[in-house]
Amino acid sequence: MIYSEKVMDHFTNPRNVGEIADADGVGEVGNAKCGDIMKMYIKVDGGVISDVKFKTFGCGAAIATSSMATELIKGKTIDEALKLTNRAVVEALEGLPPAKLHCSVLAEQAMKSAIADYYKKQGIDPTPIIGDLGECEDCQGCH
Amino acid sequence: MGEKFIYCDNAATTKVSKSVLDAMLPYFTEEYGNASSIYMLGQSAAKALLKARETVACAIGAKPHEIFFTSGGSEADNWAIKGMALNGAKSGKKHIITSVFEHHAVLHTCEFLEKQGYEVTYIPVDGNGLINPDDVKNAIREDTCLVTIMFANNEIGTIQPIKEIGEICKEKKVPFHTDAVQAVGNVEIDVKAMDIDMLSLSGHKIHAPKGVGALYIRGGISLPNLIHGGAQEKSKRAGTENIPSIVGLAQAMRDAAENIKEKQKKVSKLRDRLIDGILKIQETRLNGDREKRLCGNVNISIRGVEGESLLLMLDMYGILASSGSACTSGSLDPSHVLLSIGLPHETAHGSLRLSISEETTDEDVDYILDTIPKVVDRLRSMSPLWERICKNEGITGTI
Repeated sequence: MIYSEKVMDHFTNPRNVGEIADADGVGEVGNAKCGDIMKMYIKVDGGVISDVKFKTFGCGAAIATSSMATELIKGKTIDEALKLTNRAVVEALEGLPPAKLHCSVLAEQAMKSAIADYYKKQGIDPTPIIGDLGECEDCQGCH
Repeated sequence: MGEKFIYCDNAATTKVSKSVLDAMLPYFTEEYGNASSIYMLGQSAAKALLKARETVACAIGAKPHEIFFTSGGSEADNWAIKGMALNGAKSGKKHIITSVFEHHAVLHTCEFLEKQGYEVTYIPVDGNGLINPDDVKNAIREDTCLVTIMFANNEIGTIQPIKEIGEICKEKKVPFHTDAVQAVGNVEIDVKAMDIDMLSLSGHKIHAPKGVGALYIRGGISLPNLIHGGAQEKSKRAGTENIPSIVGLAQAMRDAAENIKEKQKKVSKLRDRLIDGILKIQETRLNGDREKRLCGNVNISIRGVEGESLLLMLDMYGILASSGSACTSGSLDPSHVLLSIGLPHETAHGSLRLSISEETTDEDVDYILDTIPKVVDRLRSMSPLWERICKNEGITGTI
């Protein structure tokens, strides 16, 4: 298994690591049993994701995909961020080994879960906007 | 960062030693004959083969005619297990006993045989990674055709009570095979004194090249031919002998046997420093028995971090190690060995194995002990799992 230089760069120097104390939305996906947990914090100003931070427990690809996902949504509107797919994260990282594709799915879900939390805090039901995020148990990764 | 290179994955493979390489070199371009040829060049290859067989036999207390060269440990395991299964079936014996934490070369072979209608009993191991010989005794049945239990575990380094299991099998008249790939060169082995009927060994774990190994088969036991074709290895394993590698294996076995006590003393001291040093990091645990352990094996679980990212980061500091995390096992579950000793998944994902050798130095150990806490601290600082562990269990501080 070989990681691209871009993956190694984001693993070695992950962007936007940390927490946001007064975050407008926080999302956490994955579980310890499967070996990956991603937690994402967003700050929203006038519909724009003005700041984003993450913390990840997981393999090199899990850390790199979280880092890349935060870079891709920082400064974007929520609508733009919601259009971000796991495929875009993989492409931006110049590819992932097949066994690691689920990490990019997790990164997409972490971001969506943070936005869903933001909507909930605004008193808006996120389901019609974001759709069903699915449970970790539905993930193909563990089965 | 960048200049250091400390190889701590000798349980995965080893560097070919200078004495092994020197012994092998003439057999590539000078003594390159086929050992089956009648002229002098062929005969000198045949002599080298004869000598190598004697050396390998001597190192484990066997007779030369009981040594069969193979391509490595996995082939030897496959041959012993499938061969005894075929033999057993002739008299209606289709039950095999093994353990839950064998190498996959044994486990997957047993699973294959289960699909062919054999029954397999998997002996559990205790929390320290040791097998209770009484469990083996109690599992033996009238129709048991083979007991196969590893000599030393490849991940957690625990050395099993092989002599006791050998005695039981002898008394019950059940053939006993052991996968000794990790033990050879690290533990003194005497197949006769230990009542071992078959033993698998591999060259590349003891500074010989990859692609060579052997199966010891006690005289009187006849395994079906593994490869049909020529008369090599008493027609049991056809194919022109890999003389350079076989010579290399013999040299490595001789070197290991000569230095074993010295190695055990030197390497276990370094191992103990590593274990004690790493265990100073909070929320860590040693996997596998502390005493009944290979001299070069360190296996520690570090809560809140994941093994693969730990390895990648250690690699950046020039430390080459391995882990039992799912991400490094090539499957989605963490190591079956770590699960077998009762570790929860999340703890198994955060395991680190360092397997050192006689080349490891005190300075290397200092560097490793200086580096690991830094790397763990960095990974824990970005781990939501660690955050949760600290919050739920009231742990403070970063290391």
